[in-house]
Amino acid sequence: MTVGLFIPCYVDQFYPNAAIATLQLLEKLGVTVVYPPNQTCCGQPMANSGFEHLSEGCNRLFMENFAEFDYIVAPSGSCVLHISEHLHDDKQPETANNVRHKIYELTSFLTDVLKVKSLPSKFPHRVGMHQSCHGQRGLHLSQMSELVAPYFSKPGSLLNMVEGIDLVPLNRVDECCGFGGTFCVTEEAVSVKMGKDRVADHLEHKAEFITGVDMSCLMHMEGILRRQGSKAKVMHIAEILNAE
Amino acid sequence: MQSEMENSTTKDHAELSEEFNRDEERVNWHDETLWWIRQKRDKIVHQLPEWEQLREAASQIKLNVLSDLHNYLQQFEANAIANGVHVHWAADAAEHNQLVHQLLTNAGVTQMVKSKSMLTEECGLNDYLAEHGIEVIDSDLGERIVQLAGEAPSHIVLPCIHKKKEEIGDLFHKYLGTPSNMADPQMLTEAAREHLREIFLTRRAALTGVNFAVAETGEFVVCTNEGNADMGAHLADIHIASMGIEKLIPERKHLGVFLRLLTRSATGQPITTYSSHFKKPRSGVPIHIILVDNGRTVQLGREDFRNSLKCIRCGACMNTCPVYRRSGGHSYHTAVAGPIGSILAPNLDMKKYADLPFASTLCGSCSNVCPVKIDIHEQLYKWRQVIVKAGYAPAGKTAGMQVMSKTLSSPTAYHIAGKAGRWVLKHAPFAVNNKLNPWYKQRDMPEPPSESFGEWYKKNGGKKNEQ
Amino acid sequence: MSSREKILAAVAQNQPAKLQLPDVNLFETGTEGSLENFIKVLSAIGGKAYSINDLSEIDSIITDDIGIRGRVVNLVEGLNLTNAEEIITDTVVHHLHNVEMAVVKASLGVAENGAVWVTEENMNQRVLPFICQHLAVVVHQKDLVPTMHDAYKQIDQMPGYNYGSFIAGPSKTADIEQSLVIGAHGPRSMIVFVLK
Repeated sequence: MTVGLFIPCYVDQFYPNAAIATLQLLEKLGVTVVYPPNQTCCGQPMANSGFEHLSEGCNRLFMENFAEFDYIVAPSGSCVLHISEHLHDDKQPETANNVRHKIYELTSFLTDVLKVKSLPSKFPHRVGMHQSCHGQRGLHLSQMSELVAPYFSKPGSLLNMVEGIDLVPLNRVDECCGFGGTFCVTEEAVSVKMGKDRVADHLEHKAEFITGVDMSCLMHMEGILRRQGSKAKVMHIAEILNAE
Repeated sequence: MQSEMENSTTKDHAELSEEFNRDEERVNWHDETLWWIRQKRDKIVHQLPEWEQLREAASQIKLNVLSDLHNYLQQFEANAIANGVHVHWAADAAEHNQLVHQLLTNAGVTQMVKSKSMLTEECGLNDYLAEHGIEVIDSDLGERIVQLAGEAPSHIVLPCIHKKKEEIGDLFHKYLGTPSNMADPQMLTEAAREHLREIFLTRRAALTGVNFAVAETGEFVVCTNEGNADMGAHLADIHIASMGIEKLIPERKHLGVFLRLLTRSATGQPITTYSSHFKKPRSGVPIHIILVDNGRTVQLGREDFRNSLKCIRCGACMNTCPVYRRSGGHSYHTAVAGPIGSILAPNLDMKKYADLPFASTLCGSCSNVCPVKIDIHEQLYKWRQVIVKAGYAPAGKTAGMQVMSKTLSSPTAYHIAGKAGRWVLKHAPFAVNNKLNPWYKQRDMPEPPSESFGEWYKKNGGKKNEQ
Repeated sequence: MSSREKILAAVAQNQPAKLQLPDVNLFETGTEGSLENFIKVLSAIGGKAYSINDLSEIDSIITDDIGIRGRVVNLVEGLNLTNAEEIITDTVVHHLHNVEMAVVKASLGVAENGAVWVTEENMNQRVLPFICQHLAVVVHQKDLVPTMHDAYKQIDQMPGYNYGSFIAGPSKTADIEQSLVIGAHGPRSMIVFVLK
């Protein structure tokens, strides 16, 4: 089984540690991982802004880079959701369909494909788990509070395998952080207010780290934490699951 | 009321939200109040193990209605007429308003009492009638309050959720003669009770909305907690009921599904205090139903958006929306605000409401509280594509997106841009950390790492794979 | 072309392919409604329930426990109340404005939401259960059903109505800062006598 590693554009450029941790974690679990060097972006920033028709170039590049792999794994719920719902190529519809069905967000790859039952990780800190919306409600990585349905959490179950971790409760378990793509700048006031409220929830419960499956949410909350001079940090879940 | 909405249409959701957010304490209050209602909803729906099956049934019933509306409308009309009820058809808001006016003139009436009808808000009925010398008093307490304030309701179920009790106290002092500094909700409600009782007893015409209209029997149902729809209708000499054509349900027994879903979703109550079924008029008092289109048949023809017509106007999507809670209904500058409003309004006027589908992070909470399973967040995404293709995206955004598309389609361009961005952040942060960068207003930019993952992998990762 | 024709034509043109109705009979329980649940929910929504063995118990409850002194209209057959009117002959419904308490019969009660179903034939005048200051309703325990689905099934088997209302507790509003106030435009209080 060979996995093509897809790293979201902003993770590649600004948060390489999350990508490195993803790679190391997968290799630790016995997976052969290849990182196609010519990858760029999933196209979501354009599509969510109404410019889906401009994402053809991204779609084609994505398929060129990733069509050959058994699985495609990415440390991002929103990028994976976008590809799985919106990747298309009128010239190669079958390939596109095939790619849509074999792309996995990291934690769901670990629980659903690798069926990980334990991890050698240690992270003795108070950690708040942020439920990134696209991963949670889109990819069903964990149960959402809106539904009357049994609780489950793929990222949560993995974090619970980490020795010493102390997961803090939250007042609002799955409220959106307010990043929302270009929303973060086009509706800056509401975006920041949402982020401040999320951060306040974690801080109220004394989280030292805020984690999640999407670096975009974390980047937005980090921007607020640092502006507040807070000691709390953000960390992508891959880094916690890989911590020893 | 309408004039206030007209003024605010020169500003879009982002601008109006920015203004709303200047008072952070107030935003917290508004946000927490609505979140509390979401929590009440959660508490009660979790008591029904069959809740998700009910949602699915309601969704399927409404899908059936939309697919057979031609028959259901005629069936409803025939049965209503057989019951002795008059049925009128209004193609648009103007015709609806004219019809109401005509009915009132024929009845020799210049004063009307009205219970909650978001449709009449959509049509601008109150202002139209006022211009034609007819006084309308809104009898729902929340609507009466915003009426006195000269504002539009900000929420379809909780019209004055944006108002503090002290502000309401001031309004009542000014218009109802209550003592100044009286802000106790019990006492204010008592004052409203007395004031409106006099209205009910003296108004000869009443207008109500319609929550559900049953095709099988020709009856319609009006749901209130206050009893105001009934007080108005049962004391008047003429009862007008305005309804959107999508409010039909096929059979009376389907009310079992909808009445179990509606109020639990709206306020966390098991049912409204009153769910009144109007079948035949009382002796000598005509009932006139007005079936209104006003853009609904156009929406019906939009494959991606027709399911917005399943809406039963519960407001749950507004309560759960983190953006609505922190921007308020008036930021949407339309009668029906929030997530559902954002997928209904662009159909009425795509240019005027082009901003609304973008007033969202697409978090998906709305779709999952919707009792009729409208795919609201997916429709928001699709409206964005339609609006941009129709040419209503801001010019700067289009240019920016074209640059982004070119950059991200080329590995070389992408690598150069990424490296350049990191260099600027590291060596010339002032170029980015300034007032021109909206991100920077209240957030720090991320720390630029010395190398991208791609660059790291070239040095470290690739070797491993070669072994 | 009339608006009716225009609208119907547009609907015919734009409506999608027919989709089937789901079977909602699955939601019917066909069981009896729990008195305990009915009382619990009615109390939670601001109403008050009395479980009684005989109609004769009602008079003293109304006069002594509740303390009604003003105008009473009693439309329940077989119920004798001191100083109550039993027939409304005045056709000017506005003259009911000073009724302090109205006592009416309900055809059934719904345990899941504390509502009772009252039809026009049991109200005599539609405005009566709304205009009175206090509402009392008599319902037979055997007529309690668990859910609304069961309620409509029962209603199907009853004679037709011109008007009917599910009444769940006293009128109320939370429009002022979400503070619940009992007693909006309808009755300020609501009592249900459940007759065994």
